[in-house]
Amino acid sequence: MKALDLRRYFPLQGFIGWLNERLYFDSLLTFLRNKTVPNHKYTFWYLFGGLTLFLFIVQLVTGGLLLFYYQPTPETAYESVKDLMTNVSYGNFVRSLHIWTSHFMVGALMVHMFSVYFLRAYRKPREAMWFSGFALMLITLGFAFTGYLLPWDTTAYFATQIGTEIPRSIPLIGHTLLTLLRGDQEVGAHTLTRLFALHVFLLPVLALLIVILHLILNQVHGSSKPIGAKETGPPIPFFPNFVVRDWTIWLLAATVLAVLSFGFPWGLGSKADPMSPAPPGVRPEWYFWSLYETLRLVPSKVWLVTGEALVNVVLAVVLALWFLVPALDRKALRGEKSRLSQILGVTLVAYLAAMTLLGGLW
Amino acid sequence: MIELKLSLESRRRALVRLLTGWTAIIAFPALYVVGRYLSPPLRTNNKISPVVVGRLDSMPPNTSMIVKVGTKPVIVVHTQTGEYKAFGATCTHLGCTIEYRPEGKGYFHCNCHGGQYDLDGRNISGPPPRPLTPYRISFLSDNIVVTTS
Repeated sequence: MKALDLRRYFPLQGFIGWLNERLYFDSLLTFLRNKTVPNHKYTFWYLFGGLTLFLFIVQLVTGGLLLFYYQPTPETAYESVKDLMTNVSYGNFVRSLHIWTSHFMVGALMVHMFSVYFLRAYRKPREAMWFSGFALMLITLGFAFTGYLLPWDTTAYFATQIGTEIPRSIPLIGHTLLTLLRGDQEVGAHTLTRLFALHVFLLPVLALLIVILHLILNQVHGSSKPIGAKETGPPIPFFPNFVVRDWTIWLLAATVLAVLSFGFPWGLGSKADPMSPAPPGVRPEWYFWSLYETLRLVPSKVWLVTGEALVNVVLAVVLALWFLVPALDRKALRGEKSRLSQILGVTLVAYLAAMTLLGGLW
Repeated sequence: MIELKLSLESRRRALVRLLTGWTAIIAFPALYVVGRYLSPPLRTNNKISPVVVGRLDSMPPNTSMIVKVGTKPVIVVHTQTGEYKAFGATCTHLGCTIEYRPEGKGYFHCNCHGGQYDLDGRNISGPPPRPLTPYRISFLSDNIVVTTS
């Protein structure tokens, strides 16, 4: 396939030529013209990385808009969200779009991460892409957790109570972690301020820096070709062919999100009252159900340790192994498929799916 | 000439070492300061005054009430047998606020993960690993008063 001559569309004359003498963007055009994406039966899965990026941009924009009305104190948070939903033009839409997009973003990220795992795209020389992607996964879940409390409604309050209590059983550092998260001994005004600061400043800055690194690495190494995958055609030029595919998926996501946000806006529960019992049905969002269900099913004591301590240890071990996948899968380094890695991956997906379904039924 | 070059090299190396050391001297204390800054100060009030729950006749048998003692919720229950009991209302599993259920002899229930405690605060079912914290009940001219035990 002949690469597209971008200079036909962006002639380096006049004002563009003047700009190019200062910004050197013709080197970018040359790069884009030559960049290709491998063409095989799994190429479709490459689109989920770009989709996650698009959803992240939607979150930055809608989150920025919400900041114009949200007031982060226990006395005013709930009222400010209610005011946004009822009095501000398109307030309910912007809020619903932010929440719907958060669900889609976690979903797209999970699909992207597991597709990278099953296609062994983490193998040399793309280990740093896996590590930065792992960090982005943790940051995305951090976004979800810290944003959940902000409306200060009952469900959010008790879900945060549970979420911040989980690290308590970690030996030596458990209590320190708990107070670091809460900013106090109990979930209260300090917790709201802390989670707000994390949600709107620290996590976005970190996420942006790591996303930039992730994208640069993607440009440097290109997309990985899965082990043993047969090419179904010549490599796809990144511009315009693959960009058009990305663009289509982005527009599809934007359309679905707009329809959902208008047709199924998110509600708001009753205002949080720490002095009233937790109502039935308190639980986090679906992406934490597998952890929630595990915590519910594990006995209070297993041998000498509490159930939560055991869950914490297992979670830490699984996360550490997941992080180290590029180093552990020695076969992938030699260009061979590892049966063990396939079985472990399928087991993990099956466990997460089963526990999420169980958590949904409860 | 060679001597001068060597000495220039060693001076450069010494300068790099000096700057690296200086950076470390600034960076490590800075990290420590940030760590300490983020650790919240202990705001617990050791002198928690007794809390008046209400008049005796405001709580019929087999009912409960949650009151704030210091910063914590405390559940006061008037049992079917006429006793008054008070416990920290924070579930020992993952910290949700529990409720009193009057069925049977009465028990405490946590809606978050289904933990249960008997009327002595003992964890009897579900994931809670420890009993509830007991509080002291006293009576002051027909008023129910809760204090830390």
